[in-house]
Amino acid sequence: MHNETHPERHRTKGSSHQNALWLALGVGAVAGAAGYAYYQQATRNKVAHRPPDSAPGRTAKTGRFGDYAVASRTVTIARPRQELYEFWRDFANLPKFMENVRDISVAGDITDWTVAGPFRDLRLQTRIVEDRPGQQIAWRATDASEIDTEGKVSFRDAPAGRGTEVEAIIAYIPPAGELGRLVAKLFQAEPQMQGRRELKRFKMLMETGEIATNHNHKSA
Amino acid sequence: MRALTWQGKHDVRVETVPDPEIINPRDAILEVTSTAICGSDLHLYDGVIPGMMSGDILGHEFMGRVVETGPESTLQKGQRVVVPFTISCGKCFHCMKQQFSACDNSNPADKQDLTEPLYGHALSALFGYSHLTGGYPGGQAEYVRVPFSDVGPIVIPDGLDDDQVLFLSDILPTGWQGAVNADIEEGDTVAVWGCGPVGLFAVQSALLMGAGKVIAIDEYPNRLALAKKLGAEVIDFKQTHVLEALMEMSGGIGPDAVIDAVGMESHGFAPDTVMDNIKQNVGMGADSAHALREAILACRKGGRVSIPGVYGGFVDKWPLGAMMEKGLQLRGGQTHVQKYLKELLHRIGEGEIDTTFLISHRLPLEDAARGYQNFRYNQDDWTKVVLKPGTESN
Repeated sequence: MHNETHPERHRTKGSSHQNALWLALGVGAVAGAAGYAYYQQATRNKVAHRPPDSAPGRTAKTGRFGDYAVASRTVTIARPRQELYEFWRDFANLPKFMENVRDISVAGDITDWTVAGPFRDLRLQTRIVEDRPGQQIAWRATDASEIDTEGKVSFRDAPAGRGTEVEAIIAYIPPAGELGRLVAKLFQAEPQMQGRRELKRFKMLMETGEIATNHNHKSA
Repeated sequence: MRALTWQGKHDVRVETVPDPEIINPRDAILEVTSTAICGSDLHLYDGVIPGMMSGDILGHEFMGRVVETGPESTLQKGQRVVVPFTISCGKCFHCMKQQFSACDNSNPADKQDLTEPLYGHALSALFGYSHLTGGYPGGQAEYVRVPFSDVGPIVIPDGLDDDQVLFLSDILPTGWQGAVNADIEEGDTVAVWGCGPVGLFAVQSALLMGAGKVIAIDEYPNRLALAKKLGAEVIDFKQTHVLEALMEMSGGIGPDAVIDAVGMESHGFAPDTVMDNIKQNVGMGADSAHALREAILACRKGGRVSIPGVYGGFVDKWPLGAMMEKGLQLRGGQTHVQKYLKELLHRIGEGEIDTTFLISHRLPLEDAARGYQNFRYNQDDWTKVVLKPGTESN
């Protein structure tokens, strides 16, 4: 009725309604953004109070391992658990798939490592602190080691007959703190990157008997 | 040896490089007798695939004679073999499921770092392609190292010559898988975008799998004529509204299955193509996807979308609503070549599949650069180029 009788007047009113609508939308958007920012701020510190989920702790958005940097990765390898454990347990095998390990010598539970670092070789000494055949090997640096590090590799049966889930975790104190870690990453010598590649090479070696390379020449 | 190397956008050259050696126990070395230029080599030629390095040897469609074998190779010197373009270990979870192009172990560990953040998973390796897929030296060369030679290569019986079997390396199984992924039912109407080699082989495969009608879409008269000869009806998108035509040619239902054999360098003057091309040229990792958008809109409700065409990055204006609301199934993937080789070789031997009609030009390896240029710019006449190492340049 109103529309039909006063078309002119309606249009003017309509336009001012529209302005008000846009203004309201704008105010609403700003308020929404502010509210979201506040919500983020308010909830960020409450993560600790949320019920824990099923994911491994190292995938948490805010990891807390003190001064330690943690590198970790899981791969599934289509080979039996015992076979993988035995290959790894003989540390003399490790340089076959760990490209940055220049030299390794084993005396009982003590292993001496020469590892390529970003600027120079690093000398590590570790002691095996846990050995559960077919399941897990854990090691920790001795006082003689240049780097404070500990790590473990565990072997679990994969579901559906897919072989073995191999999980490796290495914790270490980066030689020059966070900056040192970033420099190492730049030189592709950072443990997370190295660990990821080494586990993939381990998988290649155990599944295919060789490590894939695009090099056409032995010297390259 | 002599080999075709990539030097940059629109710059490929035949150069002298060191001969390959046996590196791993399962390797073999071939003397290449025939090697083709693939449509996907043109993506490298055009510089739209990242991860190329100057000096890379191209070529992933090749065959030859075994001249050297590693201790674990099952091949014997002197055997003639065709080699799949996908490198597969045969032992990982994916290979054992016959998903050979998803192999976990063929791409070197450091190269896997390149695609893991991009795709969520590391890609497997291909011959003669980007370092995203391993950066393995390819077969447009006198010799090539073939890793996992006990899994990939198929031995060719004496009665068949190179031209009859060379395309088992890529485009024939790729066209075949394009049709397999379209889940064709007896009497189906199938539309195929692109009448390049893969599109033409998809046409042939779809008919062999029982399609009642195959409609092929392209703009090049010669390519459309080839599709017609194979038994397809054709649409020239330069003179016809494709979507309307497909509806009318399928009784108002739409094709039961659609196959995009075009890929990331879709062309033709459509607004979305122009925008896609601009973004591609400024390096935004954008794929040109006009053909795929059209295919999704054309496909009947509850139909199947198969993508053998190559895409590498991101696509805008993706008709996700059409896909979801119409209930379409979509399948892509590099080709699981090893899965199809035996059957396809058998069909070639029986005369059911002929691939030789495709070859328009045979050139010495030395003339490879000319082959690339013409395959790129004279697509109507240069339908497929086969390079013959060891023959004299004229």
